[in-house]
Amino acid sequence: MRFYEHESKTLFAKHGMPLGKSGLARSADAARSIAAEIGGPVVLKSQVLSGGRMKAGAVKFADTPDEAARLFDEILPIVVNGQHAESILVEEKSPIAQEYYVGVTWDGRRKLPVVIFSDMGGIDIEEVAETHPEHVSKTHFSTLLPVTARVAKEAIGATGVSGNDLNRMTPIVHELIRVFLEYDLTLAEINPLVRLEDGRFVVLDGHVDMEAEARGSHAALLDEIGIQSEETRQARPPTDFEIAGAKVDASDHRGVAGNVVGFDGNLGLVIGAGGGSLTLFDAVRKHGGKPANYCEIGGNPSVKKACALTKLVLGKPGVEKIAVMMNVVSNTRVDIVARGVIKGCIESGRDPADTIAIFRIPGAWEDEGFKILKKYGVEYCDRSVSMYEAAGRAVAKMQAS
Amino acid sequence: MSILINADATFIIQGITGREAVNLTRENLDYGAKIVGGVTPGRAGRDVYGVPVFDCVRDITAKSHVDGSVVCVPPKFTRDAVFEALENGIKLIVIVTERIPRREVAQMVELAALRGARIIGPNCLGLISPGEAKMGGIGGPAANTRTAYSKGPVGVMSRSGGMTTEIANTLTAAGLGQSTAVSIGGDAIIGTSYAELMPLFEADPETRAIAIYSEPGGRMEAELADWVRDNDSRLPIVAFMAGRFMDEMPGMRFGHAGTIVEGKADTTADKIERMRAAGISVAERIEEIPALLRERLGETS
Repeated sequence: MRFYEHESKTLFAKHGMPLGKSGLARSADAARSIAAEIGGPVVLKSQVLSGGRMKAGAVKFADTPDEAARLFDEILPIVVNGQHAESILVEEKSPIAQEYYVGVTWDGRRKLPVVIFSDMGGIDIEEVAETHPEHVSKTHFSTLLPVTARVAKEAIGATGVSGNDLNRMTPIVHELIRVFLEYDLTLAEINPLVRLEDGRFVVLDGHVDMEAEARGSHAALLDEIGIQSEETRQARPPTDFEIAGAKVDASDHRGVAGNVVGFDGNLGLVIGAGGGSLTLFDAVRKHGGKPANYCEIGGNPSVKKACALTKLVLGKPGVEKIAVMMNVVSNTRVDIVARGVIKGCIESGRDPADTIAIFRIPGAWEDEGFKILKKYGVEYCDRSVSMYEAAGRAVAKMQAS
Repeated sequence: MSILINADATFIIQGITGREAVNLTRENLDYGAKIVGGVTPGRAGRDVYGVPVFDCVRDITAKSHVDGSVVCVPPKFTRDAVFEALENGIKLIVIVTERIPRREVAQMVELAALRGARIIGPNCLGLISPGEAKMGGIGGPAANTRTAYSKGPVGVMSRSGGMTTEIANTLTAAGLGQSTAVSIGGDAIIGTSYAELMPLFEADPETRAIAIYSEPGGRMEAELADWVRDNDSRLPIVAFMAGRFMDEMPGMRFGHAGTIVEGKADTTADKIERMRAAGISVAERIEEIPALLRERLGETS
């Protein structure tokens, strides 16, 4: 879950990291008064959950409060990689002598956190890593030992930085590492960390990502920063269909009906589990089918949950039929899913036999499940029909109808 | 032969009195597992299908030899349970629990390395050496497990629990049994990756080929490709790659927590290219796996 720049900076400030004077503006008037209070030139930065703001023209400099107000109106409507801004950060403009990059993230291969440091900050760090590897250091550290300042010192020193710069940056990088671990972040990044002309260091831009699974453990911080529990902070804002999907999943603690995402097609998908859904979605597309949605059912969902998901998918405009498919299941009960989807069809005023293009869930309690499906005239198949073939049958029915 | 577990392996179940754990205990016992005890704090003296319940892991390890533990406690308590198992000398820990933050997974993995132990998972269904024993919910009830899994020469590794069984079932239907199948877990950080299981399969005389399920996110396929190349592996590998549609949707999150496409991370197309370059066959569909394996086995045998 990504934080906006101003939220990341609130967190950084809480931990004593050096920041320029700033304020968050939600109107042109607010931008004017913040700029007046700062006094002197300011930078206006659109608050979106995406990089590439500068390129999109969503970061601009103002010399006067009136110019700040004018630029607010200019920047706010700019859409950056599909992200609409609701606020703009107005910050004092700093006289920069040098830019550095600091990032802390997880290395899944080494299974350790790693701090990445570069004395060539401000630009795309992946590019610097390719073109100037000697200017990028990667320093892994333990999650069991207390994090001491030497990790930060080594990370900075590895790029050849020494003297006052090393000693002044070490506590900042050290604190970033501590923040990363303390709040279960998946990324804590300062880009750039800058040395001002007077030798001081300031965090000019930065952002953090918190692990979704850890939100519950950090409720106090999220509350303090003002992040609401329903905010998903995905790469794009959730649609009404997706919000309704999340509600279906949360309505009942049994099993999973997760990751409901809308697409443009006409074939509704009630599919699972995690890997099975990826496989089946590919299969439907490979056969030329047009999925209306993605989803992942898993665990052992109740009849109620399977029914609610079916109704949601059938209620999506343009959905003609649904395909109910999973890999061979271990703990999902086939009969319960069968009951749920049939109930969902009936409650949507549709005939299950006509609406369910195919039912392919082999595994536990399949005999009971198949009996129910047979009773309602629904086409089903067992494990002798592959996932790919089942998807093909569903698509063929769509094309025939 | 097999890897990680065989018919003689003894193990315990932590969180044994939970609803899912009770089912899992039953399914494992029915498949022939030697479960020497279960742990739920405050529930000592009870039993689950005849398996005695204790408050602490130590209460079991003091009396019996314990090879492994299946951990199915809620996410909040998982790290503590795993630390307890590790500090009491258990060397194979299967973590079924999902939604554990990365920091805690990293801590468990780091301690396991210090103690010379191995973690499988988290967010996995466990492992099975068909005809011998299974640890975890893999395959479901014993009767279903016997339908899907059979003994034979193919080692199976999968980031998806469900797809482990789908692949094994396809192999079984084609007359190809499995030596050991491991659901390695779908999270961004897991105890044991494909590449880390390879030396075990390599050393197992019964294993003659490998089938893997793979998906977008992470660098595990790259790591496997490197391992195969660096170690001149004797084992032919066939991989199935799911989630190809995700290449068209950077930034979206589907599938497991580890399946996040962002920036310059490997796309499925990158992964397929890396694996092919290392001599790994990549199947378009699950049902192509048996024929590809036979072809590769024919080449090498």
